[in-house]
Amino acid sequence: MDEEYDVIVLGTGLTECILSGLLSVEGKKVLHMDRNDYYGGESASLNLTQLYRKYRPNQSPPESLGRDRDYAVDLVPKFIIASGELTKILVHTDVTRYLEFKQIAGSFVYRDKRISKVPSTEMEAVTSPLMGFMEKRRAKKFFEFLQNWKDNDPTTHQGLNLDRDSMKTVYEKFGLEAGTQDFIGHAMALYLDDDYITKPARPTYDRIILYTSSMARYGKSPYIYPLYGLGELPQSFARLSAIYGGTYMLDKPIDEIVTDDAGKFVGVRSGSETVKAKQLIGDPTYFTGTAAGESGKVRVLEEGKVVRAICLLKHTIPGTDDSDSCQIIIPQNQVGRKHDIYIAMVSATHNVCAKDVYVAIVSTVVETDKPELEIAPAINLLGPIYDKFVSITPLYTPTSSGQSDNIFITRSYDATSHFETVVEDVQDVWKRVIGSDLVLKKRDTEEVVQ
Amino acid sequence: MSKQFQFKLVLLGESAVGKSSLVLRFVKDQFDDYRESTIGAAFLTQTVTLDDKTTVKFEIWDTAGQERYKSLAPMYYRNANCAVVVYDITQSASLEKARTWIRELQRQADPSIVIALCGNKLDLSARRQVSQEEAKKYADEEGLMWTETSAKTGEGVNEIFTAIAQKLPLTAPSANRAGASRTGPGARAGVDLNKQAAAPGQPEACNC
Repeated sequence: MDEEYDVIVLGTGLTECILSGLLSVEGKKVLHMDRNDYYGGESASLNLTQLYRKYRPNQSPPESLGRDRDYAVDLVPKFIIASGELTKILVHTDVTRYLEFKQIAGSFVYRDKRISKVPSTEMEAVTSPLMGFMEKRRAKKFFEFLQNWKDNDPTTHQGLNLDRDSMKTVYEKFGLEAGTQDFIGHAMALYLDDDYITKPARPTYDRIILYTSSMARYGKSPYIYPLYGLGELPQSFARLSAIYGGTYMLDKPIDEIVTDDAGKFVGVRSGSETVKAKQLIGDPTYFTGTAAGESGKVRVLEEGKVVRAICLLKHTIPGTDDSDSCQIIIPQNQVGRKHDIYIAMVSATHNVCAKDVYVAIVSTVVETDKPELEIAPAINLLGPIYDKFVSITPLYTPTSSGQSDNIFITRSYDATSHFETVVEDVQDVWKRVIGSDLVLKKRDTEEVVQ
Repeated sequence: MSKQFQFKLVLLGESAVGKSSLVLRFVKDQFDDYRESTIGAAFLTQTVTLDDKTTVKFEIWDTAGQERYKSLAPMYYRNANCAVVVYDITQSASLEKARTWIRELQRQADPSIVIALCGNKLDLSARRQVSQEEAKKYADEEGLMWTETSAKTGEGVNEIFTAIAQKLPLTAPSANRAGASRTGPGARAGVDLNKQAAAPGQPEACNC
């Protein structure tokens, strides 16, 4: 460990692994460490032994759940939105060669005390109970407006300005009912709360287009998912990094982040060894406890909490047409909350659990001091629950850009249903570390010899 | 009609026993005395012809150095059909390491995996520390294939890969879910990310 590195990365979560992969390809000498003996950090997928070790240290997994190795239970419930930024990074870096993806079978929304499919075809839209006949015509006009919008062609604008007019104005222009607005804003634009309504319409427009183009790509839902769980994603980027010379050390306790008199980063101490580097990137959990140590500097702030309940079921979720995987969104208005509740379910189809087991993860932003009560409306939709693991995770954000001390901290995984904010964080950290925007280059594929 | 079978082969063994050199000899018939640790080349393919009708294509995964601090990802073992566990015949400690990797394979990999134990650096047999008897006895006990090779001279290299190809169950065409089956969209059950959408950002029809 007496070599000196360009960058040390702490934590093998997806954000950190994408960064170390890209940095290694860029020619940086990277040392990537994790305190755990598995890859994935806060975004890992765990087998049964690891899952029980984390949530029930004194209990071993029941035999009725089947083989340990068949399990890869995600700690953070997210799906990949097919036309999103993560897909672009996966394709550009060519890590897709290490991965295999399947669709998520359905996308549902909770409304008026029942689960309805988010329509994916004209046919489904016509028969959907989500809108009445007249409302369907109004919605059709609204979607045609979005599809036909061209920035440089005012005749497509119908007198609206997406950058100035609020989404409220756009909804009103097309006379859409509150229930339809709920469905569009939460089940398609995937907003967690209603703050977007009074803001300019442009980001909402972008999000709806992202949703519909993702939907159009593979058909059943806008989402895809890697076989063997989300934990495969950080592993594939770690492999990319390693192929380009990155050094990996798991199971390595991080005891101190060493800085000089001016507070600038010097190195990382593990036990009696200190390894030096020019820059440090780390997930926020490495900067909360005593490891952050030196002079008690506050490097991360908690800006909220997420409650997540991993539920093992022995059946598909009632009302989802027996889907082997799905997302169910419970818009905040439907249950008198400020933030939506999400259910993400995957199964043996995705090689993440034994046959006839279904892994549903319920999550939302914590609003009260009784988070478990907050998720009850979603839990009640699941039917009998075989076992449940609840966690309440703080969402950390760095207090500084890192440019003054060369310590660059990533953000916690938020409550959104996909990875778009993770990629935003990657782009943000990249810019802070390198000093210029992240530009994806097509990876040289000469390592394949036919 | 000729059939091609495709298999994922993983390399294991202590650093500097010649894992990458072995593959370089097999795939490109080259050898480099001063080869540095593996960088940038960790996913090679090579085809072995068994007879007129049958070829076996290996998708070969190198450790990319991730074995150095015991940090190989589970992804590495996943769906591996065969493994070559390499030791250096001039370093007895490397056989001990090989035993550890074989235990790891038995724990992590598919139970049907074909494992070959391979003593490399046969060209340096004057400095031999690991006897053939010792290695072969261990291989027999564990039910492994065993051979000695020299990546430098090429001795035994093609033979071990051909022997593995012959031992693999050629029952289902490459529809077996090896990582190797990821090349053609037709061969995979999942979705192909590399296939571009019709017009990104502008779907052809509204779905609502």
